[in-house]
Amino acid sequence: MIAFLLKRAANAAFVMLAVALLAFVIFRFFGDPVEMMVNEQATQADRAELRERLGLNDGLVTQYTRFVTNAVQGDFGISYRNQQDVMVLIKERFPATLELVLVATVISLVVGIPLGVITAVHRNSRLANVLQLGSIVGVSLPSFVVGILLILAFSVSLGWLPGFGRGETVNIGWWSTGFLTPSGRAALILPSISLSTFQVTLVMRLVRAEMLETLRTDYVKFARARGVPTARVQWRHALRNCLMPVITLTGMQIGNLIAFALVTETVFQWPGMGMLFIQAVTFVDIPVMAAYLMIVSFIFVALNTAVDITYAWVDPRLRDDTARAGGANG
Amino acid sequence: MHIRNLLLATVAVAGLAGAAQAENTLKWGANRDIGSLDPYSYGDSFTINVLNHVYEGLVRYNKDLKIEPALATSWEILEDNVTWRFKLREGVTFHNGNPFTADDVVASLTRVSDDASPLKGNLPAYVSSKAVDDLTVDITLNGTYPLLLNDLTNIHIFDKEWMTEHDALKPTDIGAGVEGYATYNANGTGPFSVESRQPDAKTVFVKNPGWWDTPQHNLDRIELLPVTSAATRVAALLSGEINFTNDAPVQDLPRLEAAPNVSVLEGVDLRTVMIGFPFRDKLTTGADNPFKDVKAREALYKAIDLDLIHQKVMRGKSRIAGATVAPPIPGYAPELDTVPGFDPEAAKALLAEVGVPEGLEFEFNCLSDGLVNEEQFCQAIASMWSRIGLKPKLDVAPRAVQTPKRTGGKTDIYILGWATLPMLDAYSPLLQIFHTKEGNSGVFNWGDWSFPELDKLVDAAGSELDLDKRIALETEALGIVKKEHIMVPLHQQPMAWAVTDEVSEMPLFPDNKPRLWFAQVNPGS
Repeated sequence: MIAFLLKRAANAAFVMLAVALLAFVIFRFFGDPVEMMVNEQATQADRAELRERLGLNDGLVTQYTRFVTNAVQGDFGISYRNQQDVMVLIKERFPATLELVLVATVISLVVGIPLGVITAVHRNSRLANVLQLGSIVGVSLPSFVVGILLILAFSVSLGWLPGFGRGETVNIGWWSTGFLTPSGRAALILPSISLSTFQVTLVMRLVRAEMLETLRTDYVKFARARGVPTARVQWRHALRNCLMPVITLTGMQIGNLIAFALVTETVFQWPGMGMLFIQAVTFVDIPVMAAYLMIVSFIFVALNTAVDITYAWVDPRLRDDTARAGGANG
Repeated sequence: MHIRNLLLATVAVAGLAGAAQAENTLKWGANRDIGSLDPYSYGDSFTINVLNHVYEGLVRYNKDLKIEPALATSWEILEDNVTWRFKLREGVTFHNGNPFTADDVVASLTRVSDDASPLKGNLPAYVSSKAVDDLTVDITLNGTYPLLLNDLTNIHIFDKEWMTEHDALKPTDIGAGVEGYATYNANGTGPFSVESRQPDAKTVFVKNPGWWDTPQHNLDRIELLPVTSAATRVAALLSGEINFTNDAPVQDLPRLEAAPNVSVLEGVDLRTVMIGFPFRDKLTTGADNPFKDVKAREALYKAIDLDLIHQKVMRGKSRIAGATVAPPIPGYAPELDTVPGFDPEAAKALLAEVGVPEGLEFEFNCLSDGLVNEEQFCQAIASMWSRIGLKPKLDVAPRAVQTPKRTGGKTDIYILGWATLPMLDAYSPLLQIFHTKEGNSGVFNWGDWSFPELDKLVDAAGSELDLDKRIALETEALGIVKKEHIMVPLHQQPMAWAVTDEVSEMPLFPDNKPRLWFAQVNPGS
């Protein structure tokens, strides 16, 4: 088991280093941060001096090594644009993104699971067909379109909900939460619905497929034969057996949601990490871009590793396989 | 029971009192956030503009964009012609209560001209300053220089004691990797003070009751609410979540005008959009560069249908320009503001005359995040040039990507917009664009041209203290720009702000900077 853990940790570290290297290669194509930092009247000499001071004239390898050395110690430098410590910037924005992602995940489960069961149970009914069609629309509509439509409907026409921002927040330690104020909760509604549309349909389709399979199994038939009420069979016995893959998928998708929240955040001016990243790209704020990519990839790697380790813990065969065949784990 | 009624009554009274004292709030939906609370942190005119509500300079622009006294009440140039003596306003206090004195001015000028300051270029002639007495400051320059006041409009004055106390006497040096106190805190003398700031979400400014000037505004509170997405910003204005924006998207103007509660404020920006030519021996393709010849430049100018661009691309909202500076800018002369007729045949003839080969290829460099509809008018111009037998290779990308190509001579023809900010004088483009590239001059001379005759006029203007003489020199230099077609102007771009009916007064400034100390809202908004 220890060998397995070490191996997984080494893999994770390797992935992180590769992401950092890729990031640094890509940054070259983002342009020159100095041109964005100085004002119109700065001379060529001023610009060259600033470039030198920021270490932008050093080779790719030198910059990369410096970045990795500092990053390992948790130091991502100072943002060119905001002049703030990058870790502070990200720490400030992380709660906003995470709360949005959590609410979106809850919505996707609360809405997606019942819809999945209904479409599976009443497989050929009109309602199921409508829901199925709706789910195709949900999968194919880009999330910024969903966002704008929601704003037009609920904010401009009906005037019920705020169309942008996070409302009032309350600080608990360094964590700023929008859950504790009415305006904070109202502000969460539209962005989290917009972020969850894709997820809802994903969960719904997964539950439907699993349910269809489960409903054909013997124990369901026996339960029915024994006279257990239909609803109880479907919602209690069958559904429970479908939930394992849903939970795995949801866990893995949290990383995705954090990464793709940036579109929703831009549309709703949600002050989260995605918003921070988009602005960093505009202003070629390399320290912020680098830190964001590292943190998001860290979340992905951590989630994947956690899932792998859990599987290995649950199913000893995976461990033995690694020991023998050298990495046949999922 | 009795007590409960009493309580209810008290609550009701408190509620009424609250309603009566409702604050006048301007909810400003900007297209982006400020970088930080430190105006000296980043070469960014929007940040400086917003923080001008908190910090002030020695002088400022009035409603007509003329310079008037602010923290200084009067000034004179001493006999040596390089030292300026400023008398400071008495009885001014910073938001923290500290009195404003000459030491504050010296410390602020030292801070902005520090080597680590990205804004030191804003004070190009500055050498040193010293406090003569509590309310008198001498500023020494590197020569006779007429535009110091223009420069000083944008140099915000900090409190020295406050900076000393918080170790902020020097600007934040990103290279050193240490944060600065002024990034998170502000303490100026201006009409508003900072109440709170959440980056990318909300920055709140409240009225400074102890402001030295008589307020022309009736605002108690300004909420700066950045809304990056244009569609969301328009929606927020329609739903009344914001009541002012300084960037109403051009494509949404008809919709905003149609809304019953919104008014659009339209104007023409000072920013003049120009085409720049290369003067190097070779083009980037390696071919000989025909654009060194004024006739080739003229041909390209004549091939552009300015009316069509005005009508179709700019939706009739731009102002077609013949001069390289806008009419309100000192140095502008109406006789220079003429455009050649659109004449592709004459353009072809000119090209033939200078022997430009059919199908000549060259780079045409535009920004995707630059001027209003830049990508679209660049496409239009490229196709107009194709029609006279040339092959422009249109290269559109973000500013951060294009600027190194432009400054490094790795492109041929390019688009540049120039508003003469922060100087608001024709000297700005003359020195920074049209002058030969040397030292502090010609930083934006990306085509590597050199006109000694023009340089002489610009240098003379740069040390001419008599206003009329200086303007005459500048106009003469602009005449050379026009005659030689060093850069050819296209138009001044449109600008549009929008307010809801909660806002009763919002003067539109052609430099596209909101000055909310002139704004009024309906009471209780």
